[in-house]
Amino acid sequence: MTDMTAGGAAAAPKSSILAEDDRTRRRNAAERRFRVYGMVAVGIAVVALVFLLSSIIRNGAGAFLQTYITLDVTLAEDKLDKNGNRDPADIAKVSTFGYAPLIKDAMATRIAEAGIEIEGLDDAEDLISKEAAAQLRNFVIANPSAIGETRAFEFLASGRIDGYYKGRVSLQSAERDSNVSPEQLLLADALKDAGSLETRFNWAFIGWPDASENRPEAAGLGVAIMGSFYMMIVVLCLALPIGVAASIYLEEFAPKNRFTDLIEVNISNLAAVPSIVFGILGLAIFINFAGLPQSAPIVGGLVLTLMTLPTIIIATRASLKAVPPSIREAALGVGASKMQTVFHHVLPLAMPGILTGTIIGLAQALGETAPLLLIGMVAFVREYPAAPPEGFFDPASALPVQIYNWTQRADPAFVERASGAIIVLLVFLLLMNTLAIILRRRFERRW
Amino acid sequence: MDDLRVTQRTVTMNDIKISAKGVDVFYGDNHAIKDVTVDIEDKTVTAFIGPSGCGKSTFLRCLNRMNDTIPIARVTGEIRLDGEDIYDKRVDPVQLRAKVGMVFQKPNPFPKSIYDNIAYGPRIHGLAKDKAELDEIVEKSLRRGAIWDEVKDRLNEAGTGLSGGQQQRLCIARAIATEPEVLLMDEPCSALDPIATGQVEELIDELRQNYSVVIVTHSMQQAARVSQKTAFFHLGDLVEYGETGHIFTNPEDQRTESYITGRIG
Repeated sequence: MTDMTAGGAAAAPKSSILAEDDRTRRRNAAERRFRVYGMVAVGIAVVALVFLLSSIIRNGAGAFLQTYITLDVTLAEDKLDKNGNRDPADIAKVSTFGYAPLIKDAMATRIAEAGIEIEGLDDAEDLISKEAAAQLRNFVIANPSAIGETRAFEFLASGRIDGYYKGRVSLQSAERDSNVSPEQLLLADALKDAGSLETRFNWAFIGWPDASENRPEAAGLGVAIMGSFYMMIVVLCLALPIGVAASIYLEEFAPKNRFTDLIEVNISNLAAVPSIVFGILGLAIFINFAGLPQSAPIVGGLVLTLMTLPTIIIATRASLKAVPPSIREAALGVGASKMQTVFHHVLPLAMPGILTGTIIGLAQALGETAPLLLIGMVAFVREYPAAPPEGFFDPASALPVQIYNWTQRADPAFVERASGAIIVLLVFLLLMNTLAIILRRRFERRW
Repeated sequence: MDDLRVTQRTVTMNDIKISAKGVDVFYGDNHAIKDVTVDIEDKTVTAFIGPSGCGKSTFLRCLNRMNDTIPIARVTGEIRLDGEDIYDKRVDPVQLRAKVGMVFQKPNPFPKSIYDNIAYGPRIHGLAKDKAELDEIVEKSLRRGAIWDEVKDRLNEAGTGLSGGQQQRLCIARAIATEPEVLLMDEPCSALDPIATGQVEELIDELRQNYSVVIVTHSMQQAARVSQKTAFFHLGDLVEYGETGHIFTNPEDQRTESYITGRIG
């Protein structure tokens, strides 16, 4: 450089800063190219995300709507309580088959009342879900005094009729469909005009338990949401304290030697172990060895705890490491003990990171399917688990497993339900991530 | 710098507060401190000077066993505080650090309120019986730290919101709140501007009334201004130790003279 200015520079043509020289042009071109690569990468990600979300929402939004049919049903005494003594045991003896004719009659009455005439119409009661008889029976068992009266009931429309109002079923497709006829669809339209049929928000989808293969309209996520919720409680109560305690010990107290290095490497590796392996482990240890019940949220929670622990430990250690050493020195300098230093100063500063890691771990656990299949949570469960703590040992389902289950079923109505369940799962994940962000903001402090 | 003042300073002999004999420090295989023997007097400011990496901070951190927190550090030899060996197996470093306070190079207030910064030490050592007494300690410490007037109206604000010089004085106030007998300062002014440095130096001079102060500094002028005794370290050796005036005007060792005149370091 100095040689240039001293000797050769005088001879070289004076360069202008108004014109780019070759080197600058190449550098700027490289930078522009890199920006384009970046934008393309982001664009691909955004397109994929939009495509994914829009397809899920397009498929699943229908699950949140349901068609209902309102009918006046006469709860005939001679059919429901032949002895007339309102003995609950006697009433319970009448099976759902005993109730089906009541609905059939109610439907016929309604058609006559509204003056609907459709040629070639038969099995008009098929418009109503098979669930209706059970609904009616539950009502009568709960209210024996209603026997003999005529009451208005709101029944679920069958999956095909429901699908007709969501565009899944048409008059053309009904001709080839053994489950529904075009005449039934016309009847549905006529009932709609008469005000007996309406489509509105489907709370049953969120609150009701799963239903059998041939009544998709009655299938809900209630048991799955409860199961997932119970498992998250178990995971939170176990993984957070164990994970945080382990990381604090490893990061702040443990001597640095081969043994702790080995533990560290293994924890990192555990985070990468396929989740199904944890399922096999859970099956072997918690069910076969410890004798815990199958399909129970406690077992699912334990397995997911094992799975979440490495995530929490890694996140916690990273956030402990990120606390500036000057804070530790300051605390030690005024005579705080190691433990006081950690709990009074280091941990509060690491808290946002720990919470974020924990919630991300929980979110991961919430969406985990594979290990739950192996411990029996894939079972068909219609009974709500009891309140905690007994409920932890009752059979339950889980959201991702319910999605998996529904995608296995033949009726296209279940495809819609599965997408709807995915939306519910995504909403829960979104809520958890929002919580993580809020907590981080709240606890974040500068130093 | 007023060189005349240095030579004319009167030095009175005080009791020995810390006495180090044959101290060696190893960081793994690195021999950081080589056979250092030094007596630090009570109610005196002792300055450790020397080029970067000469071991002066390392030696300072031996005096309150802060090196214990570094797993590969190993200290041999004997350091006595009031005649008691601080590396004795029975000594709890936590108790020692309450007696030997420390101020660090970079101001490091806790991310808490100014009040809590000062009150933390007295709280964990149980120095105050009730809130009123704690308030008193906080006020006294902040006054001695020469920062009371600037912060008295905002004790509940974050200590990290103060300026650099204020933060360092807050840290000094925090260190003296636990009533230590010795105050170690590791380049306390290196992150401060000249005005803040002046304030801290004034403070150090006042602290000499009550404490034995040991200060590590890069600035020879600072050592000359604030200290009564100076120790010159070079490559892990304690080259020369004596009265500050003597070291700066009449160094006995060639290396000391070279450093002071700016030829090395």
